[in-house]
Amino acid sequence: MSFEQVVFILVAAGTLGAALLVVTTRNLIHAALWLIAALFGVAILFVFLNAGFFGVVQIVIYIGAIAILMIFAIMLTRQISSEKSARFNKNWLWAFFISIIFFAGIAYILSLWPEFGTTKPILSAEIDPVKQLGVALVSPQAYLLAFELASVLLLAALIGAVIIAWEQR
Amino acid sequence: MGAEVRKTMIPISWFLIFAAALFSIGLFGVLSRKNAILILMGIELMLNAVNINLIAFWRYRDSLDISGQAFAVMVFAVAAAEVAVGLAIFISVYRRRGTISADEIDLLKW
Repeated sequence: MSFEQVVFILVAAGTLGAALLVVTTRNLIHAALWLIAALFGVAILFVFLNAGFFGVVQIVIYIGAIAILMIFAIMLTRQISSEKSARFNKNWLWAFFISIIFFAGIAYILSLWPEFGTTKPILSAEIDPVKQLGVALVSPQAYLLAFELASVLLLAALIGAVIIAWEQR
Repeated sequence: MGAEVRKTMIPISWFLIFAAALFSIGLFGVLSRKNAILILMGIELMLNAVNINLIAFWRYRDSLDISGQAFAVMVFAVAAAEVAVGLAIFISVYRRRGTISADEIDLLKW
């Protein structure tokens, strides 16, 4: 087993453990901190896939914005995470079985795929994925429309969030 | 590339199985938790699993076709918008009803 594989297994196990703690821990703030740990593990896996740009974006957007926003929301909606309230709703056993069956189903279907064991093709030196992505996002032949729609969506979400959370008197 | 070299590399299956496990954990969180913010955290985990899959397929299939990365960028944007609106709704609901437990927010239930 090579060094790369050992690091991958350690990161993946840590990420899954942190994710499990997110969905099982009682304390809301602890859940948010474990979420940050899981997001960080995913960022490391992006680097494993030669997508360093996405690793950085993951840390800036998910950890820097989304996770912090969640911590703010937890602090604005206090006293819900008291110890005596139940962690799960009454259907949690069903949820558990559904997730197990879902995972087993995906794993089974994937195992039928003949190219399941493909290893990484070599990334040729002339290709710069970040430059390619930038060109694709602003070229009318590729994703310009989707890119502009995403920016309109973000603007709409920004205005919508302000209006919804506005305190009416 | 010989079998010796291939044995020391990470096959795509590891990434796909990892993403499936992360997605299932997020699904369990969405279905089982009471607190609405924790449900949103489960959704974030699921979106991250999807992003891992998109980037893994980009890297292992055809690196010249950048579509996988472009889709991952869209997932990032939609996730950010979703969290902003979702948390605004929770704060508004908390202000009016004093709770964000998903069991007790039954205004739309008849």
